[in-house]
Amino acid sequence: MTGPAADTIAAGGFDRIDPPDTEIYLDCVHCGFCLPTCPTYLVLGNEMDNPRGRIYLTRAISEGRSKITDRFVEHMNLCLLCRACETACPSGVKFGFLMEAARGQIERNYQYPPAEKRFRDHVLRTFTDLDRLETLTGLLRFYQQSGLQRLVRASGVLSLFGRLGKMEALLPPIPDQRLRKELPEVLPARGQKRARVGFLAGCVQRFFLPQVNASTTRALAENGFEVVTPREQGCCGSLLVHEGEREHAKAFARRTIDTFERAGVDFIVVNAAGCGSVMKEYWELLHSDAVYRTRAEAFSQKVRDTSELFAQTPANGRLRELPLKVTYHDACHLAHGQKVRQQPRNLLKAIPGLQLVELAESDFCCGSAGVYNVFHPEVAQKFLDRKIDRIKETGAEVVVSANPGCTFQIERGLKERGLGIRVVHPMELLDWSYRGAMPSGLRRI
Amino acid sequence: MLKDKARIVRELGKIVGPNAVICEEDELRVYDTDGLTIFKAMPDVVVLPNSAGQVAEVVKVCHREKVPFVARGSGTGLSGGALPLEGGVLIGLNRMNRILEIDYENKRAVVEPGVINVWLTNAIAARGYYYAPDPASQLACSIGGNVAENSGGVRTPKYGVTTNHILGLEVVLPDGELVQLGGKTLDTPGYDLVGVFVGSEGTFGIATKVIARIMKKPEAVKTLMAVFENLEDASNAVSGIVAAGIVPVSIEMMDNNAIQAVEKGVGAGYPLDAGSVLVVEVDGPRAEVEALVHPITEVCEKNHVREVRLAKDDAERLLLWKGRKAAFAAMGQISPDYYVQDAVIPRTKLPQIMAYIADLSKKYGLRVANVFHAGDGNLHPLILYDSRNEGELHKAEEMGSEIMKACIGMGGSITGEHGVGREKREYMPLMYTEDDLEAMKKVKRVFNPDGVLNPGKIFPTGAKDVKAGPSGQRGIVEKVLGHS
Repeated sequence: MTGPAADTIAAGGFDRIDPPDTEIYLDCVHCGFCLPTCPTYLVLGNEMDNPRGRIYLTRAISEGRSKITDRFVEHMNLCLLCRACETACPSGVKFGFLMEAARGQIERNYQYPPAEKRFRDHVLRTFTDLDRLETLTGLLRFYQQSGLQRLVRASGVLSLFGRLGKMEALLPPIPDQRLRKELPEVLPARGQKRARVGFLAGCVQRFFLPQVNASTTRALAENGFEVVTPREQGCCGSLLVHEGEREHAKAFARRTIDTFERAGVDFIVVNAAGCGSVMKEYWELLHSDAVYRTRAEAFSQKVRDTSELFAQTPANGRLRELPLKVTYHDACHLAHGQKVRQQPRNLLKAIPGLQLVELAESDFCCGSAGVYNVFHPEVAQKFLDRKIDRIKETGAEVVVSANPGCTFQIERGLKERGLGIRVVHPMELLDWSYRGAMPSGLRRI
Repeated sequence: MLKDKARIVRELGKIVGPNAVICEEDELRVYDTDGLTIFKAMPDVVVLPNSAGQVAEVVKVCHREKVPFVARGSGTGLSGGALPLEGGVLIGLNRMNRILEIDYENKRAVVEPGVINVWLTNAIAARGYYYAPDPASQLACSIGGNVAENSGGVRTPKYGVTTNHILGLEVVLPDGELVQLGGKTLDTPGYDLVGVFVGSEGTFGIATKVIARIMKKPEAVKTLMAVFENLEDASNAVSGIVAAGIVPVSIEMMDNNAIQAVEKGVGAGYPLDAGSVLVVEVDGPRAEVEALVHPITEVCEKNHVREVRLAKDDAERLLLWKGRKAAFAAMGQISPDYYVQDAVIPRTKLPQIMAYIADLSKKYGLRVANVFHAGDGNLHPLILYDSRNEGELHKAEEMGSEIMKACIGMGGSITGEHGVGREKREYMPLMYTEDDLEAMKKVKRVFNPDGVLNPGKIFPTGAKDVKAGPSGQRGIVEKVLGHS
């Protein structure tokens, strides 16, 4: 585990709070293996927008040869933090940590233009504050259900609102919130109890995809897990870490650790790749926190993506036929961030009747990347178009995604192209198979 | 610093568009080095054209203004070949990355220079075809760069180097003229200008289209990993295999340091306690391939092999190759910096040179990782150093120079596939007389009379070699040349 030693701390254009770890620069041998795996390099086609270039630019600042300039910030913020480069890197460069630390420096030491700053703050607060999300989902559901959305979209008035208008286009349909409210605090294991697990309900997942949480907890219980969903849990801080709001993220991380320590669980289960990835790396986020460092290490050790838990304790024999042709999209923070690739595929293959077809470039970012598609809609669209092309080639009826950001992004892309392909979470498929209940509207193979 | 930079930038911008010009230092910096970080030189401007027409127009401006210019692909080169030593314009070809045509019947493909080497094979694999030259950096390096450096790869013993696979080229000459060399057939009438161009290290022109041969996959492929206690036994086995008249696709060697790095980085299944491993691959008709496994194993056994393991399936085979090909790139696992040599020796001298390198390693107190193309005697000793320790880079360079001289002394040469470029230009007189070099310069002048294209490469400058600063820092090369 890396943490800056006292003698390597802070230099050049960075401050002393979590400066990028200089060991990471030394791991990079400049071979360029990361270049063709970096989505932004492939789309933007310049060397400032690839991992090798970004490391080089960051190092120049650390060593006092350059400063945090507008252009530096632009290239750093254009990074999706998909971490495909980490998968590609034979030297094991921890690019994600470097980028998160650099963004922390930017957040503190760079002055965004005021309007930009307000927009950033607004977006980040909205997606990480549960009270705000609750109010917002209520308003948005009314907006969509009342016909107001159709009216507004038809009127063209959205074009007057600039970026907020574009955000409106990213809005997924807001589901009925009853499912969310019905999620029990403790769901007993069916049959013999294998373990007691704490479930992270997520922020976006909880409000926008409550059916995924319902399916996840049911499937876990069906498999012998007692599922605790602590009521007092909040945001895990994932988005904030990615956007460089480290101090704020640390507060969220400490609260999350407290919550699940109190719940007394064997594992903490996460069904959103972005959240799981950051929680597995709380040890890094809190490495300089004397009180929480060791607790964070213990916590991170207990975090599992849902599919990992099933891989350890295979799905039992009650699965029913699910005659669907599906393809699997690797969420970046699962495949690259957590190195979880095979487990979800194995899980899908265990479902009788289900046909899994491989998706070309399955681990190439779809452009959602947390709030990337909000901050960089034009660039994000290019990744999305590429993803949808590949999905179309598979002829699958269903795309499986284990991250809410990807789910919304891909759903929107499919809808734009008029493709009737559904996006579902692997836990939904498992749950349907357990219950022998496939939702209507899906074509059987 | 470029005179009239603003005016030239404006003019270039009109050709390639505003999103394809880079001219500020905080961005240009990323173009100041390539895969060999001991040399650095910052361009004044980078342009990123997306067509041959744009390249030609940019070159015309450079020619008219007498501004030095150089082409760059993926920036993975290991001899500083794409460095703008005199500043000026760097033409990045990575946006020209389309596969234009695939003709299976006639076994050829037309690609733009920025196409990544492995993309071509990926595009034709489903139909059972592949592009043979496969440098270890094939996941990242561009075919245009391969053409410039006449890159080799692990298949060299049987399939040759890049030049054996290029049928024709579209080239922008240093005055901006767009010409065709060769064609779509194996041999075009007249001088073999394609052969002259391939390996010219970016000093004759800029390739904007490459017509490459593609090959049908052989019926069978077998890959063996032979594990030895030491380098000497492995070296003798290589000589033995070749002496037996066997022509494998590849004979690759790795020593223990290389294995450590590869296993940490990739986990390819090489035994961590081996003194050395050989990876030997044979391909062809099934009967032939199966018949070859036995004699290869026999030669290894004669040379005290600990174990010969035959890859049981394609997955295991590909994993072995993934490990071998990631070896350079994995060095960060065991060392902050490395300096790679690319010397060639007659294969029969392998045991001697390996022993000599081991002695040098002790003398200089620097570790060496050996990972190389043993089948064609192309060494890649990676001298491991730490640029943070004062004087270590200098020691590494001294040691590299001793290795190179020893190789020449054994009847070898200073570069097998990485090119002379910036790095080895001062070593050229060790290999060639002045007359030899003058003859080469005459050829260069035919293509590049003013020397504005890629100056400072291949030929010795006569000056005492300037030492670069530690990697990641601005080197002395840059300071000496005044690009601050």
